Amino acid sequence: MNAIEYIRRTRDYYRAQGFKKDYIWAHFDEIPFSPLTQPLADCTVTLVTTAVVEPEILKSVRAARSYAFSEVPENFCTDDLAWDKATTHTDDRQSYFPLEVLREFVSSNRIGELAPRFHFLPTEYSHNNTSDKDAPAILDACREDKVDIALLVPL
Amino acid sequence: MSLTARVLEAGGIATVIIGSAYDIVTTCGVPRYLYNDFPLGNPLGKPFDRDTQRQSVSMALDLLRSATAPGAIVTTPFRWADNEQWKENYARVDASNREELLRRGDENRKQRQQNQANGLVR
Repeated sequence: MNAIEYIRRTRDYYRAQGFKKDYIWAHFDEIPFSPLTQPLADCTVTLVTTAVVEPEILKSVRAARSYAFSEVPENFCTDDLAWDKATTHTDDRQSYFPLEVLREFVSSNRIGELAPRFHFLPTEYSHNNTSDKDAPAILDACREDKVDIALLVPL
Repeated sequence: MSLTARVLEAGGIATVIIGSAYDIVTTCGVPRYLYNDFPLGNPLGKPFDRDTQRQSVSMALDLLRSATAPGAIVTTPFRWADNEQWKENYARVDASNREELLRRGDENRKQRQQNQANGLVR
């Protein structure tokens, strides 16, 4: 495995743009854990994506938001997100938002059911905005929807 | 996304991240991580490659069942291409784009200042 060093590359990229202060990536020694205690076939599953449903909301004020799965757009907006635009494209929603696969797995009883809503998580510079605002908002919505499993698929 | 996985998990919801930024995710530390060595943008598989996309989700579900401790990581066997040339592309900095990057940085800083001045911040 020869994984791309995104941390180093991002640092160099922003230095090249004239930013003086390097971004500090989150790091923790302890990791929380909630073991899955029931069969997948009994679980309610949701998706969390960084792809944008409402591009008309300015990037600097985008906050976490929950949407009904019936509102999944044909394609999300990914224009102002960081991904490898030189290598690939995001014209196929299913390459980052696996709604159809999850529906198939519900049909085959691999998983129990889809939650009523999926969740948008903004790509945020501020750790605090993510940890203290966006993630708790998504947690609340997941609890309301009785979610057992969240698949988190960042672009 | 890694921070959010931690908050959800601490709140009792089992999570798995499917993604390609291995160093970022593992530096943060997340409960369960399925790593696909793909370019950012298509974490589940190439566009329209339904088989790989389905297998990625399936492996993530397997990991939810099999993980018994936090920090469980599985690497998929999938490859983006026969060679690794594509890995040079992301956030490339070289003589051809240095000027453009500086210009973009200036524009970005100006925009941030304007957003601040207009209260368009969180």
